[in-house]
Amino acid sequence: MNGYELLNVTFQFLESFAFIVLATVGLAVIFGMMGIINLAHGEFILVGAYATTLSAHQGLPLPVAMLVGVVATTIFGIVLERTIIRRLYGRLLDSMVATFGISLVLVQLTRILFGNSIDQVSTPFGAISYGSYSYSLYRVLLAGAAIATLLVLYILFTRTAFGIRARATIQDEETARSMGVDTDRMYMSTFAIGSALAGLTGALYAPARASPTPEFGSEFLVDAFVAVVVGGPSVLVGTPLAGGFLGLIEAFFTFQWTQFIGTVAMLVAAIVMIRLLPDGFSGLVESVRTSWRESE
Amino acid sequence: MLNLTDVHVSYGTTPILHDIDITVDSEEIVGIMGKNGVGKTTLIKAVMGLLEVDTGTITFDGDDVTSTGADVRARRGMGYIPQGRDVFPELTVEENLRMGETIHAADNSLQYEAVYDYFPILTERRTQTAGTLSGGQQQLLAIGRALIGNPKLLVLDEPSEGVQPSIVQDITRDLQRVNEELETTIIFVEQNLHVVQHLAERCYAIDKGMIVDELGSDRLDSREAVTEYLAV
Ligand SMILES: Nc1ncnc2c1ncn2[C@@H]1O[C@H](COP(=O)(O)OP(=O)(O)O)[C@@H](O)[C@H]1O
Ligand SMILES: [Mg+2]
Repeated sequence: MNGYELLNVTFQFLESFAFIVLATVGLAVIFGMMGIINLAHGEFILVGAYATTLSAHQGLPLPVAMLVGVVATTIFGIVLERTIIRRLYGRLLDSMVATFGISLVLVQLTRILFGNSIDQVSTPFGAISYGSYSYSLYRVLLAGAAIATLLVLYILFTRTAFGIRARATIQDEETARSMGVDTDRMYMSTFAIGSALAGLTGALYAPARASPTPEFGSEFLVDAFVAVVVGGPSVLVGTPLAGGFLGLIEAFFTFQWTQFIGTVAMLVAAIVMIRLLPDGFSGLVESVRTSWRESE
Repeated sequence: MLNLTDVHVSYGTTPILHDIDITVDSEEIVGIMGKNGVGKTTLIKAVMGLLEVDTGTITFDGDDVTSTGADVRARRGMGYIPQGRDVFPELTVEENLRMGETIHAADNSLQYEAVYDYFPILTERRTQTAGTLSGGQQQLLAIGRALIGNPKLLVLDEPSEGVQPSIVQDITRDLQRVNEELETTIIFVEQNLHVVQHLAERCYAIDKGMIVDELGSDRLDSREAVTEYLAV
């Protein structure tokens, strides 16, 4: 492997890492914090991507259009939470059926309203060239966006009063309420954060993939669900580790062979991981921490 | 300070509490004793607003709070210590205490000093997750967490449960000190003889969901009078 090739694999890795992390965070927050498996996660991303693309078509600068995408998805998530999801807390199967239904409706609705595809916004920043290779700078910078997102989530959930209340509510709702927490509002806010994250993913990838279609969101689903399972229950620990691990495997196999082989390798690795670590990376980290504490 | 008048509570269609009348005056320490399964936790949850009452009224600090949620009651000045040392196990000691700030966002610094002064062990364990503390330490943390909110009324569900006898005596003394120095009113339910005799200034006895007796300090001193209502 020469220097250019190494650079190529590195970029490939950064791109896979960013894709996996950004595809996963929204799903992981809603699952990890509220125990809801949101099968409409892909369509939340879809809403973000369409709102971004359509407002860019209206002449808004791309960063503003992306903000519109995030805000639109957040509002969309809050409306859905207030009308449907809130009735389904603690009912895993019902919530899966309901969100699956929402997903189907949204895909068809998008097709009816906007047709089979809409024009893509062009990718900003151009390309980096080296040797006989070139790589889209924007797609590499997405890795920075993924890391920034994880950092913000880390600070939000561990360093702020909101985060402490949110984690307390998950651990023991009744006691949290008796400590003055409006738990109903807490669930709504957490769901809104998960929706905003999915919207951000849609906004960031709207200019970075092919022209958005009604199936835009489903392209993120495999990576998202695989990463949630491999990452395990703790979002903050599990998502970055899963993104790093799966991204590395995908990048290597894609570089050596093809994108298809890369995806297959990632899925095989995920299946092996689930056999070895049923609680995912965050379960592993937890048990290592416990054994350290005991040896102290 | 706290009044329950003719309160009835059920789980679904099963009635649990009947005709409950309880009065707690400002700065008083009132106990409610009874054996396992007689409805103590149900009563405490109704006081806290975690269970709705079927009929009857609850007033707190001059306001009717009968249909007010637990979060609002907490912000009005009720501090709850659940049964079974119910701390948030995966939060650190410090984060558990910070949950108390939710209730009382204003200046808590004095209250922190008071809590660390009463329970110095919590200062040492600040960064540890609460689930790793011993039973007694978790109980202290649950009390400290409630105190950070600077409550007018502490509501305790069996503070002695799962705690070693020697620590039970410490906790009893700590609660007395809180009552004297912070002027906090206290209501607790218990089946531990030591706590009932040493903490309560006045005590109701509950059996099968009904208040069956009320004991003043003279009768609380008599072991026979008290053990009649406990499974000792
Ligand atoms: N969630 C519940 N649903 C139905 N019945 C309950 C529930 N919790 C407690 N009970 C019943 O209510 C009665 C009183 O319980 P509880 O208030 O917990 O008693 P105590 O705290 O005095 O031990 C018991 O008979 C118990 O079986
Ligand atoms: Mg009980």
